[in-house]
Amino acid sequence: MNPKLSRRRFIKGVIYSSAAAASGAGYYLASAQTNSNAVVERLLSLNINGQTRLVDVSPSETLAFTLRNKLGLTGLKVACNRGECGACTVLLDDVANYSCSLLTHTIKDRAITTIEGLRTADGQLSAVQQGFIEELAPQCGFCTPGQVMSATALLISNPNPTREDARQALAGNLCRCGAYDHYLNGVMRASELLS
Amino acid sequence: MTFMHIGKDFVPPDVEGKVTGDAKYVEDFAPEGMVYARLLTSPLPSGRVVSIDASEALRMDGVLGILTADDLPLSTAPDDPVLASDDVTYIGQPIVAIAAISDSIAENAIDHIEIEFERRSFVTDPLESLVEGGPNAYPDGNVLMQSNSLEDENATIRGGINTIKWPSGEVEKLRNGQEPQGVEFADGWTYGDLDAAFAESEVIVEESFVTAGTPHHCMEPRSSMAYWQNGKCYFYASTQSQSAVVEPLAELLGIEPENVCMISENTGGGFGSKGRVYPTMAITGRFSQLLNRPVQLRITREEEYYLGVGRPGMQGWVKTGVRADGTVAAVDVIIISDGGPTGRNSASSSAQHISVVYTPTAMRLRNIPVFTNTAPRGAQRGPGQNEMSAAVAPIMDIAARELGMDRAQFRRVNAPHSESPVYEHQGPVTSAFMAEAIDMATDMFNWTEREAAPRQRNGSKIRGLGVGLGYHAAGGNGYDGLVRITPDGRIHLHNGVGNLGTYSYAGTARAAAEVLKCRWESCEIVRGSTDRHLPHASTQGGSNTIFTHTRTNWVAAEDAVRKLKEIAMAEFGGSFDEYDIADERVFRTDNPDQGMSYGEAATKAIEMGGSFSGEEYPEDIHPITQRAVIGIAGTGLIGVAKDNLEKRGIAPGLMISMAEVEIDLDTGKYDVIDYVGIADCGTIIHPQGLSQQINGGAVWGFGMAATERHVYDPQNALPANVGFHQAKLPTILDVPIEMPNGAVDIADPYNPAGGRGVGEPSQGSAVAAVTSAIADALGHSFNRVPVTSDMIVNFANDADQEARLLALNTF
Repeated sequence: MNPKLSRRRFIKGVIYSSAAAASGAGYYLASAQTNSNAVVERLLSLNINGQTRLVDVSPSETLAFTLRNKLGLTGLKVACNRGECGACTVLLDDVANYSCSLLTHTIKDRAITTIEGLRTADGQLSAVQQGFIEELAPQCGFCTPGQVMSATALLISNPNPTREDARQALAGNLCRCGAYDHYLNGVMRASELLS
Repeated sequence: MTFMHIGKDFVPPDVEGKVTGDAKYVEDFAPEGMVYARLLTSPLPSGRVVSIDASEALRMDGVLGILTADDLPLSTAPDDPVLASDDVTYIGQPIVAIAAISDSIAENAIDHIEIEFERRSFVTDPLESLVEGGPNAYPDGNVLMQSNSLEDENATIRGGINTIKWPSGEVEKLRNGQEPQGVEFADGWTYGDLDAAFAESEVIVEESFVTAGTPHHCMEPRSSMAYWQNGKCYFYASTQSQSAVVEPLAELLGIEPENVCMISENTGGGFGSKGRVYPTMAITGRFSQLLNRPVQLRITREEEYYLGVGRPGMQGWVKTGVRADGTVAAVDVIIISDGGPTGRNSASSSAQHISVVYTPTAMRLRNIPVFTNTAPRGAQRGPGQNEMSAAVAPIMDIAARELGMDRAQFRRVNAPHSESPVYEHQGPVTSAFMAEAIDMATDMFNWTEREAAPRQRNGSKIRGLGVGLGYHAAGGNGYDGLVRITPDGRIHLHNGVGNLGTYSYAGTARAAAEVLKCRWESCEIVRGSTDRHLPHASTQGGSNTIFTHTRTNWVAAEDAVRKLKEIAMAEFGGSFDEYDIADERVFRTDNPDQGMSYGEAATKAIEMGGSFSGEEYPEDIHPITQRAVIGIAGTGLIGVAKDNLEKRGIAPGLMISMAEVEIDLDTGKYDVIDYVGIADCGTIIHPQGLSQQINGGAVWGFGMAATERHVYDPQNALPANVGFHQAKLPTILDVPIEMPNGAVDIADPYNPAGGRGVGEPSQGSAVAAVTSAIADALGHSFNRVPVTSDMIVNFANDADQEARLLALNTF
């Protein structure tokens, strides 16, 4: 496990979110509470892709929901909504996290990076994005945003990974198309582009 | 033949969107005013809806309405209904759909609907239903009597419900690996003189086998969203084809096909499960029509396991006779399929796999599709062929060993070639170069030396080598191609095939660029929405796209080239044969200055009208293509044609895989530590895309070999797998860190571009290589997939394997 990812923090997040994820409704729980006025939303200030975003958040709302449904950042995907697949991976302070398993109100001052935030200011693709294109890493593309974010987190902490390092870093991201070796090729290409 | 584009890598236009998050999937669309539908699903595996009381739910704030079976087209068992009523046949089956202003109000309202059910008996294991006195999945019977052939494996199965029962003693024979006698079958086929072929055999191997049903696990669930404008339904779906779903969806909605606009730019995995309309599409379409608002029906991961279709399981028996020279003389197969409530089965294609890759002289299939109260079944990557490949590989190994033959050599002796007769009708193939593929794999894997070396044991770990073959029919014909050159010189390649991420929609478009001898940068692929005027295309499935749509693009571009020359001839005189094309110009060969650019020719085409600009079109193109041509008529030079090119028989996609596994006898865990996959798929069209299909299929094969399966609690018919980890697909740590692959790259003579598909056989050969390697390591074949760790531990400890021989859907 990445040392930056505190075990206590991870477990806490999973416990909080498991109640929401237990039913199919969990992901959208927040919208019910909004509409029924049963739960008061709280205005949060979030640091997303280097910008401050104000958003009303209910206590049981997952970060994946907030990002996709309230802020329109639909790049991350919700494929399982219970911390199994990694399609919803975002970075918190440069560490990969499953946004379906985090409650938005626990994020507070941490820097959130989504896939929309990876391009440089002048619109250039990141090294991971460029490497993934050159190696034709994605197939269907649904898991790709998560793969890109996990690879990005790896290269931030270790710009020169071995193939085995890359494999471990992507182990939390399922790909049903089985594009794993092309994703590994993409990470290694990205590492070359950075060096 | 030297190509400009074919055989070279390129950047497919949709890749950037995938790595930036810009690519949109169904749930990413949220038009203004969108409301939400949710499903009330059955808590029972079998029964009937007696009454529904939704009055309390309908009084709730925010609830907009409900749909029941009465609101939708009539469905007759064993068709998979949109909403069940008279025949509830599995847990999780949709019964009521409810719409509300928010997703969770709809979800909450479900709890306020009361349904009275009548319970019925149920069954989860086909053999339990087949035995006399056993339960039936339907009140009217237990077996599908299929009335249509499944030449198109994505087609809906048609047939009636019948009853077949066997004496318990004959079922027990099958469970114990013996041929049942004097029993009835539902279907089957035969060719050759089976008795004579067995009489010639030096070795006869007789075994039973089981292959589990498996969920598809598409990363994107089958969510859908629709809205209506001016009588037209704009439908967002996760589908393997734009054009293949338009007509059946129109039928479900009771409207004309031209009033359906199907939008599907990206599909998050299909693997056969999204080849046709999925029933829940009717809910989205109908609700949006009734409410006159955009409606999204989100399907959760858990629901996907209930109502998403899965691969049918098989229980069977196979008897194989092999001559002294290693040629397979006879194969006799019995297949009892777990058809779920739909009866979908792949028995014939399973047996066809054997007929192609082992080319027996005589063969017989006898089969029964048995209904069970489990998930609906449908096509899944290499339906039939791949699970049969897994089952028979270790059995063929037994025969090879008894003859003292190298296992790869045994397969080479029987390998199909371009003149091999295949299938029950013993018809031809377009071409086949399996022996060349086997030779290539043997070299790359260093098979001969490694196979001859003794198997080393390292503590509790042992290793084994395996070889597997994969096959799938990989190419259709008769669809249409459409290209358009506009006055700005741009070349628009219209493509109606889906986008599953194989990039074959783009790879096949390059065939048109090849014919037009143009730069790829001048081309633009038009796809993703039927409003963009897409021609009639196959579904992206069945490994067929590469063969089918390089041909359609080829003929459409040839039509465009013909028109380019005729337009130039009208301008500069001379005869047709005096003109040629190069550098995006058409010109006289004896005076290249007399010519015009493609853009200038497009302007001329508009002036000349008629067929040049699509005002007229060939009579034999499909109505979908006709509408597309009408939609773009007058905007440029239109090249359009139906693929009437010659095609002899089956276009086979063929694969060979070799694998090494390391098994820990203490834990039962095993790893694939080395793997090579080699394809015979004709000319390589797109090298990176081919590598993705070979290795992606292999990952599927490893999953089928080790972990993926349907599991049902036999007491309640409750599915135990409702999440990724419960029918676990492989992670990146479950596959080798390097997976070398290749292809023989010999052109198929029935495709001007030379290619055939390979997306499906790549799974079949991989799973077979793994089951073969496990049997090699242990000296024992389980004749079952998946081979789970507990089976290995039980074997290592000489313990009983199963409570019930040949049981399906079990832990």
